Amino acid sequence: MGPTEMIHSLFLINHTGDIFLEKHWKSVISRSVCDYFLEVKEKAVEPENVPPVLQTPHHYLISIYRDKLFFLSVIQTEVPPLFVIEFLHRVADTFQDYFGECSESIIKDNVVTVYELLEEMLDNGFPLATESNVLKEMIKPPTILRSVVNTLTGSSNVGDKLPTGQLSNIPWRRAGVKYTNNEAYFDVIEEIDAILDKSGMTVFAEIQGVIEACTRLSGMPDLTLSFMNPRLLDDVSFHPCVRFKRWEAERVLSFIPPDGNFTLMTYHVSAQNLVAIPVYVKQNISFFETGSCGRLDITIGPKQTMGKMVEGLMVTVHMPKAVLSVNLTASQGNYTYDLATKVLVWDIGKLNPQKLPNLRGTLSVQSGAPTPEENPALDIKMKIQQLAISGLKVNRLDMYGEKYKPFKGVKYMTKAGKFQVRT
Amino acid sequence: MSASSAFNDEKGGSSSVGEPEYGHDPASGGIFSSDYKRHDDLKEMLDSNKDSLKLEAMKRIVAMVARGKNASDLFPAVVKNVACKNIEVKKLVYVYLVRYAEEQQDLALLSISTFQRGLKDPNQLIRASALRVLSSIRVTIIVPIMMLAIKEAASDMSPYVRKTAAHAIPKLYSLDPEQKDQLIEVIEKLLADKTTLVAGSVVMAFEEVCPERIDLIHKNYRKLCNLLIDVEEWGQVVIINMLTRYARTQFLNPNINESLLEEGGGGEKTFYGSEEETDEDDEDKDKKAEVATMAKRKPYVMDPDHRLLLRNTKPLLQSRNAAVVMAVAQLYFHLAPKAEVGVIAKALVRLLRSHSEVQYVVLQNVATMTIKRRGMFEPYLKSFYIRSTDPTQIKVLKLEVLTNLANETNISTILREFQTYIKSMDKDFVAATIQAIGRCATNIGEVRDTCLNGLVQLLSNRDELVVAESVVVIKKLLQMQPEKHSDIIKHMAKLIDNIQVPMARASILWLIGEYCEHVPKISPDVLRKMAKSFTNEEDIVKLQIINLAAKLYLTNSKQTKLLTQYVLNLAKYDQNYDIRDRARFIRQLIVPTEKSGALSKYAKKLFLALKPAPVLESPFKDRDHFQLGSLSHLLNAKAGGYQELPDWPEAAPDPSVRNVEVPEWTKCSSREKRKEKKVEKPFYSDSEGESGPTESADSESDSANGSESVSGSEASGSGSESEESEEGSESEEEEEEDEEDEEKDKKKKKKELKKKPVQESESEQSSEEEERKPERKSKPRKSDSETESDDEEESESESSQSESDESESEAEVKKKKKAAQSKPPAKPVKTDGKKEKKEMSLLDLDDFEPAPSPQVTPVNSFLSSSLVTDLEGLSLSDSVLSPATIAPSSALKSYELLHRITGEGLSVEYCFSRQPFSPDANMVAVQIQFTNNATSDTKNLHMEDVKLQSGMRVKEFPEIELLPAGETTTAVMGIDFCDSTQAANFQLCTHTRKFFVSIQPPVGELMRPIFLTENEFKKEQGQLMGMNEITERLTLDVKCRNEHTIVQRVTTAANLSRVPCGSDKECRFAGRTVTSSSLVLVTVATKAEGAAQLTVNCEKMVIGTMLVKDILQALTQ
Repeated sequence: MGPTEMIHSLFLINHTGDIFLEKHWKSVISRSVCDYFLEVKEKAVEPENVPPVLQTPHHYLISIYRDKLFFLSVIQTEVPPLFVIEFLHRVADTFQDYFGECSESIIKDNVVTVYELLEEMLDNGFPLATESNVLKEMIKPPTILRSVVNTLTGSSNVGDKLPTGQLSNIPWRRAGVKYTNNEAYFDVIEEIDAILDKSGMTVFAEIQGVIEACTRLSGMPDLTLSFMNPRLLDDVSFHPCVRFKRWEAERVLSFIPPDGNFTLMTYHVSAQNLVAIPVYVKQNISFFETGSCGRLDITIGPKQTMGKMVEGLMVTVHMPKAVLSVNLTASQGNYTYDLATKVLVWDIGKLNPQKLPNLRGTLSVQSGAPTPEENPALDIKMKIQQLAISGLKVNRLDMYGEKYKPFKGVKYMTKAGKFQVRT
Repeated sequence: MSASSAFNDEKGGSSSVGEPEYGHDPASGGIFSSDYKRHDDLKEMLDSNKDSLKLEAMKRIVAMVARGKNASDLFPAVVKNVACKNIEVKKLVYVYLVRYAEEQQDLALLSISTFQRGLKDPNQLIRASALRVLSSIRVTIIVPIMMLAIKEAASDMSPYVRKTAAHAIPKLYSLDPEQKDQLIEVIEKLLADKTTLVAGSVVMAFEEVCPERIDLIHKNYRKLCNLLIDVEEWGQVVIINMLTRYARTQFLNPNINESLLEEGGGGEKTFYGSEEETDEDDEDKDKKAEVATMAKRKPYVMDPDHRLLLRNTKPLLQSRNAAVVMAVAQLYFHLAPKAEVGVIAKALVRLLRSHSEVQYVVLQNVATMTIKRRGMFEPYLKSFYIRSTDPTQIKVLKLEVLTNLANETNISTILREFQTYIKSMDKDFVAATIQAIGRCATNIGEVRDTCLNGLVQLLSNRDELVVAESVVVIKKLLQMQPEKHSDIIKHMAKLIDNIQVPMARASILWLIGEYCEHVPKISPDVLRKMAKSFTNEEDIVKLQIINLAAKLYLTNSKQTKLLTQYVLNLAKYDQNYDIRDRARFIRQLIVPTEKSGALSKYAKKLFLALKPAPVLESPFKDRDHFQLGSLSHLLNAKAGGYQELPDWPEAAPDPSVRNVEVPEWTKCSSREKRKEKKVEKPFYSDSEGESGPTESADSESDSANGSESVSGSEASGSGSESEESEEGSESEEEEEEDEEDEEKDKKKKKKELKKKPVQESESEQSSEEEERKPERKSKPRKSDSETESDDEEESESESSQSESDESESEAEVKKKKKAAQSKPPAKPVKTDGKKEKKEMSLLDLDDFEPAPSPQVTPVNSFLSSSLVTDLEGLSLSDSVLSPATIAPSSALKSYELLHRITGEGLSVEYCFSRQPFSPDANMVAVQIQFTNNATSDTKNLHMEDVKLQSGMRVKEFPEIELLPAGETTTAVMGIDFCDSTQAANFQLCTHTRKFFVSIQPPVGELMRPIFLTENEFKKEQGQLMGMNEITERLTLDVKCRNEHTIVQRVTTAANLSRVPCGSDKECRFAGRTVTSSSLVLVTVATKAEGAAQLTVNCEKMVIGTMLVKDILQALTQ
């Protein structure tokens, strides 16, 4: 007998190891199957270190960790692990989308809706409907008003018609959308991933971009978005709505957008382009062999900011376990040091080029413990509004297929992604 | 809200009884009074006739189910509500039913009739969900009912229901594997389904029920490849994985030559390889060499179907779904020529930005890939650099990849990176880094010393784990060249005092023992220390102490004899039997006694034999025998249900199995229907002023009379004066077909060429089927040539234009005559006088056609094309009723192939003549017109180096031997575009030059008109709903608000024929795609004020979408 299903059962487990929801798409599998997982989870210090795929005598367990919850699926036979992982993330995304957050309490509060969703998302363990707009036509997201009305009238949250998207060739959009104000906004957000070494040299840097769209347009608009400099884009991935051929041929994004918020595309900027690093970090962290203390001195200054303001600047330092406490002075912003997790966070805010923010002071180290060998790396967060650091520019946005004139807007932003300074 | 309160109630209740529910006998729930009460409560609610109460009860019950509480005793109360009107109650009952039906089979049967009723419901969602639930109830007794329901649903009109049927197949199969054969039949049927909605699900069913029946895929292979991009993402993954396996059984290894070179040259031989093994290796190599030479003899040519798969999956690397990207990546890894595999690297690296679980899986696969194809990921080396915030399991995998990528050129960068990692606070990661350094050192000779020095420095690290790991790695490295490194050995000997990690201690002892001759002074001292601590050591250390003692005894018995005996005595009484055994064994070997065997002579050889250094290998080596991306690959162990990735076949199986007969669209039955139709509506044939065909004819004349510029732009210039000769050559080709050899053709053409300047009418007369040929574009063409000549400012064109002007009217008359004459043989009906004609629309048109002014010629084009179809496909007499009459195609648009300037005097244009291409019915006829604007003759015009997407085919036009200066000639070629708008690229060669050119068809040219009755149209349209239907609203262009302009514009945009329609508010058109004969149905429904709705039904959704766009444009501009 061949394989019989993909995802057999799903268990939701909170970070302390309580199983608070289970759903089976075939015969019931005892929740004791989770014991294997819980055992591994106990051993792993961090939940991120639980291997996503585990083997038990009769089953395979594939799990993801999202928002302090484990989504654990039970598999009996061969299946591409990414298939399951991607699906589980889609489930978590759907919860997020429906309930505004994806937490144990919100799932418990909406357990019936959750169950109905899971029922529609998988049939016999195989994904059935995963497009949010299709789901929303079948199962309406809860609102306080609706649940009150439903309780009184006995009317339901469940649609009785096949969602239009399910059958159309554009499953991501439902028919008959109407707005009084038609608008389409695009946020071009670029993240700089970088590793800088002790001396400030760039070890590695690249730009990852994403275009987040918010379209509230009536009818079936067909949009075309073109760039001034599409050659910058090295690697792209698209929402299914984007016509790939058109991109290949003309380097324009042509699509019938989903209704509401969605990620239009993600891109990677060609590695040939040198990545501008907006800030520099001067730092000195040292631990002394004697006296069980250390010093810390960090200064941040503007480097290549293209004349824009650097905002939301924040430095996070994972201190060695031996650092008991810190005694620092920040010339700007506030710092906190979490004694349990040994994380130092310095929230700076805007970067003032005239008066560079500085954090300095002493670190006290547990006496008797060996002085830490490695200096902790600094994780930098920042934002620059109105700038795409790669230089990418949207040329124009046109709409076809509908008569009205939508309000259009494009916003740019640059953020630090995984931006790490080694010390 | 209500749910939450229910949940809390439930929780309160359960905590009081200490969670007795699961793991207990379902009946035991009733023991607890609180349960009793609560469930009674629920039962009451379920029995009430208020939907709100029922809903509340069901919500609470589902909340119990969700938390794994037992609610089975409610089954009778719940199942009663299966037919409840409230849809949410019903759905929740379904949820409950599916969960408990298996436990309560008898009661579950009560619900079956409800579902059976649901299967007949007019609402497709209800039909589908009835089937879903019915097939999810795991009750063996209903297997026959399920089977029946699946079979029926597999032929349902709604693709959604058919999809559900596909989903139900594995469910039934797991319930009763005996049904396999019947299910395979259903799978076979559904595999033939052409909708994307069904494709993924049925392949899933195929994979679960009969993955071995690869033969079922043959006929559907190309369709699956072509549909792939439009299938939903989950289906894509399943299809791609299946096609990977399929391709491995059907095509040849594209890397056959390279892989042999690789293995022959690289020659990683196992270090421990015994002699026999090497013999085998040699044999292997010989074999491979043979194969290699064979392969060289026969150059590898990739099967076009293999290419099709690679080409159609590649765009999916851009998918947002990581599973899809991985599926394509593994497909490329397993199937693509080495040179093309590289494209997947970028996409995989992109996934490293995703969730950590995705990274984990992707890195595992990248690690495997980097062993075979290191070059592919080298440019992305830095993307695998490690951040201190990565989870350890990700760090270790990245390290693995970095190690695999290391080579002479990048090793220094990598080592610098490793230096940072060694200082990490994450000690497991540091240990892994040390291992990695060790592997780099063994693999890359140049850096061995550097690495060794680095590792030795680590020996003074404060962290014992780091030191221990270093010792172990150093031990392995030293084995490679021990004589050079006695210093290091001495250094390590000193460490024995401090290092506590057993593995490290054991390693040091082994080193000292092995190389005791390099450190003769230190080694006895070490043994002395170890003898002292023997009893407190771990077992692995004890064993190494014994080893050390034995080796020293053999080399330096003077100093160590006593120590050795002491150690052996201690070992003799050890608690561990392995150690006791070892001690006895060694004593026998090394200490000669009278009784001791002959072996003791060889003791030294035995103990101090030269040992090969270990090879530090990646744990990912050879993992690629598992299909990448699979669970089995990840676990490096075969998972249940894993389908082996077959080896490439030695010789490719017959590729023709994938050929699909093109269903003939001119089937008798349909013809009969046509006849009927005809009888029903003779209207079209004889009402001259009003009916469809007439009007369209009118529209032609309208536009022609009204404004030349309009028709001109529509026709967008084929701009040729040599029209007639063009037709001539074309008709020749059609007539003579393949039998006619090319030379003759050429000669004839030459003749014509010469004649042409004299007069076109001559050439016309020369050929008998001239009638087929439209004078078609003459009118638009004329206006065209005008505009063109304007553009180009060529004096020549003017004269020729006037020429054609005159000749047109002439030609028309002639044509009519000829049509009347020549038709008789094929269709006797036509010859009959005018009375007959009244019924035959074809003749009708003939009839009124002459009336309009000389410029109204275009009508002829459809006429003739319909005749051609008649001649080709319908040799029966009733074919006169041919559809095309109803849908006049208006002027043909011509496109530039080669501009006069780039062509150095040679200008080439082409148009889609909309005539069947007689040598091959699956090809689109492309008429090419060459004009030699240069001052010298052009010779040997021909095509070369045709580059096509796989599946596409081209029939070249016959070589044109001579094109004198200032002359124009035409030729016809056929292209099978495979129903895609992919361009056909080729070189146009003259005797001196080659020009790269390409022909790309507008989507409207990929189809040919067919005749449908109104009823047939409606029926077909009914079967092409849902995904296959695209509807757009539009506002018609001001000039385009009457029926005949609409007809004209639509038929200009697409090669379709008009379908009669009772309503004057709707225009309908029908056609079939040329290659796959898929129906294309177009409806334009007009409303007040120019509002209209365009509907296109076509199972080829890509074509449908593009067609909608083109027609929209035609109607709104």
